[in-house]
Amino acid sequence: MTTPVERGVASARPVRRISRAWLGVVPFFLVAFMFIVAPVSYLVVGSFQDNQGQTTLQNYNDLFTPSVANAFRFSIEISLVTAIVGGIFGFLLAYAVILGGLPRFLRNALMTFSGVASNFAGVPLALAFIFTLGQLGIVTAFLKGLGIDPYASGFSIYSKIGLELVYLYFQFPLMVLIIAPAIDGLRPEWREAAESMGASSRQYWLQVALPILLPTILGTMILLFGNAFGAQATAYQLTAGTLPIVPVIIGAQISGDVLHNPGLGYAMAMGMVVVMGVSITVYVLLQRRAERWRR
Amino acid sequence: MKRRRGSIAWWLIFAVGVAYFFLPLFATLDFSLKARPAFAAYNNSFNDPKFLASLIYSFVIGLLTIAASMGLIIPTAYWVHLKLPRARPIIEFVTLLPFVIPPVVLVFGLIRVYSRAPLPLTHTDLGSSALLVFGYVVLSLPYMYRAVDAGLRSIDIRTLTEAAQSMGAGWATILWRIILPNLRVAVLSGAFLTLAIVLGEFTIASFLARPAFGPYLSLLAGYKAYEPAAVSLISFGLTWLAMIVIALIGRDTRNRIEMGGAH
Amino acid sequence: MTDADRGFLDLSHVQKRFGGFTAVHDFDLSAHRGEFVSFLGPSGCGKTTTLRMIAGFEYPDGGSIKVDGKEITGLPPNKRNVGMVFQSYALFPNMTVASNVGFGMRVKGRPKATIDKRVGELLELINMPDKASSYPFQLSGGQQQRVALARALAIEPQVLLLDEPLSALDAKIRVALRKEIRDIQRQLGITTVYVTHDQEEALELSDRVVVMSQGRIEQVGTPFEIYNFPATAFVASFVGTLNALPARIVEPASGRIEFGGREVRAGSTLSGRPGDEVMVAIRPEMISLAGIDPEPSDATNRLPATIEDVAFLGSVVRFKVSVGSDATIINVDTFNNPNLAVPSAGSSVWITFPPEACLVLARDAVAVDTDVLAAAEAML
Repeated sequence: MTTPVERGVASARPVRRISRAWLGVVPFFLVAFMFIVAPVSYLVVGSFQDNQGQTTLQNYNDLFTPSVANAFRFSIEISLVTAIVGGIFGFLLAYAVILGGLPRFLRNALMTFSGVASNFAGVPLALAFIFTLGQLGIVTAFLKGLGIDPYASGFSIYSKIGLELVYLYFQFPLMVLIIAPAIDGLRPEWREAAESMGASSRQYWLQVALPILLPTILGTMILLFGNAFGAQATAYQLTAGTLPIVPVIIGAQISGDVLHNPGLGYAMAMGMVVVMGVSITVYVLLQRRAERWRR
Repeated sequence: MKRRRGSIAWWLIFAVGVAYFFLPLFATLDFSLKARPAFAAYNNSFNDPKFLASLIYSFVIGLLTIAASMGLIIPTAYWVHLKLPRARPIIEFVTLLPFVIPPVVLVFGLIRVYSRAPLPLTHTDLGSSALLVFGYVVLSLPYMYRAVDAGLRSIDIRTLTEAAQSMGAGWATILWRIILPNLRVAVLSGAFLTLAIVLGEFTIASFLARPAFGPYLSLLAGYKAYEPAAVSLISFGLTWLAMIVIALIGRDTRNRIEMGGAH
Repeated sequence: MTDADRGFLDLSHVQKRFGGFTAVHDFDLSAHRGEFVSFLGPSGCGKTTTLRMIAGFEYPDGGSIKVDGKEITGLPPNKRNVGMVFQSYALFPNMTVASNVGFGMRVKGRPKATIDKRVGELLELINMPDKASSYPFQLSGGQQQRVALARALAIEPQVLLLDEPLSALDAKIRVALRKEIRDIQRQLGITTVYVTHDQEEALELSDRVVVMSQGRIEQVGTPFEIYNFPATAFVASFVGTLNALPARIVEPASGRIEFGGREVRAGSTLSGRPGDEVMVAIRPEMISLAGIDPEPSDATNRLPATIEDVAFLGSVVRFKVSVGSDATIINVDTFNNPNLAVPSAGSSVWITFPPEACLVLARDAVAVDTDVLAAAEAML
């Protein structure tokens, strides 16, 4: 990696240096091309081809066939629910330890917990919830002891609500991690200024603090949405393909042509990229707005 | 002054959070201890050669990922800061791409591209492992770049570089002896986060059919009862360890890393 | 303190402790309506804490605060009708300039037309009528602070509080805005408390200055009194530049003291006995330089000196000269002018100063405060 770097500097003439400086980033772009651009391009191209290799838009049309559209709707729904619930709960939790008058050490503990929990996912997480809320899980057993049988009333950890509960485990900690610095960024002078102008605590929150935090809150919720939408391992392990989740279907398509149409598989992958792309873009834009205010 | 108001409600929310966090862990622990004789689940796991083999495999892959990721990102970010600020928006855009491309889509594309000429990597074990490392390098790009970028912003690299050059240092020396030590916190946090993610990653490793820790656990869950609980807890403990190390490294600094996630 | 009986803002025996540390001891002040009072002192002297108690952000542990005869000591800030301007501006980043200024009236439920009209007037007052729809991040620091001032004034507060409002600004803007604040305050006749560590600001702006140190009031007086008749060694050293010279009393009745082996006269009779060690404080601008030995006279003190260093400070030229057997360094200020014959370092000169310029203080008092002097100089 150092070779192009050295060459980039060795040139003494300023005119050439401008073009040569780009040589320093060649390795980066090479890796990006090989392992991001090329695979995605392959999927893009494939998504516009039919089984015979002819160019077609049929694959995108097929995204709207009931089974595929349902999978997207289902995935989007659980991502949305866990983003909103996880976002609100994560915000309240972060607020509790920062401004809620809880002891300082709890805050540090929560931040470390959140760092772990937001990265704890996939197989072990799915298993942990089966041990907790599965048919033999300890919470299920405890509730049964109280005379409530969640499974008798239709609950199942392998159902949509079950999956949502599992996703929340990594969703709200991610919210805590991202929103905590923003809550910290609320300057005490803002509250004091508002109070000295006669605002009540409620007025301060509704008119100053929440509007300032809103871009970050919304942006982070969108990030949580993407976080859940892209998650494959947890859902795969928990539901073993019984629920129509987009990443799980794509996973099945990788292993074998379950859709009986490779092009449709590529189009689904593109559909995921588009949903993720939109959410990340909105996140970045909102984040930028929040930062502009925070200067 | 009136911050204490509503304190009970905040305690309650905190309690719910703690319960949510610890109940699944407690349940897992409880379940793993039900095996008879006592600690059989743990004994069996440790005595399973595949357990150790998969853990070591994932660990080595993690180290390779960290080395490759840093070898790529530190010089690039440094170079962009110093000589090519124009390239910054493009680089930032590229490092955000892995957020947009879910692992399942990434591995889908990787398998399709690298299972044929000119680079049929998936046909050999070594090739597949290399592909796995680069898949993880891509996953680590966003937070590794952010950490390094934040670290570079916090020091005056231009002055440091010029000072080093005036004393006759070459580029390799500058990067290795001057820039890297000053990025210690950023680099170490990024490294441990990468390690935590690689150790628990399932999707890419599984589709590349690699004998990694995540697929091992998934497989184990299919035919054993108590051992998966034990291994899950161990996996959790490893994540926890990595995060505590990050917290210790990152104490008193602003280079906190916020993103995570190979779910 | 002639207005003590009809004070508008009254603080009596106000105290504040933080844990075991007493931030403010027994603070007494009575400001009349429309008065501009500054709290001046180094950081940690309790000036900001006192201000925050007037605003209601802190509650005193003892004493009372009254505005216009009404007890406000225990009232929360939003019931006080006090305007506050912060060092960090504290504008709401999510609101335009107009919304920021109108905030106080909005939370009080004033009709929209009234708010718009008043916001317009205030933006005229701060000369920023064209910035109504700008956001704070689009404004310079000076503009932001003017908006903050307008915002504080919008609620027609009984008392305006400013907490180091200019400290975050560049020197030039600081001076311009200082004048603007003073003009607006005069125009509105609003009772104002201004916290600063910058003596120049306090002296220029205030009707009265309260000099504070370590939680206590050192002196309350007009800028003229504070500068020319400092009541304590701390005030003398904190306000303005000061030469503090170790000396010994020769004859208290005639004000004769001995300094560096030479005898000089102070302007008044001294309390103390012959042989007592004292400090003589002399302002640099009270000392003159002369190339040749001036005629001895009772009207001036004269001492031979050697030029050590010359520094141009713009309108003033500061000489460092050494005096006496132990070569004590004294600062001498002269107004700059193109015809000034500047003696070079090492040349011998005479310094002269009138007896009235000598402020004689107890030695130990100044000894304690030499650190403060150093700290104060470092800060300026």
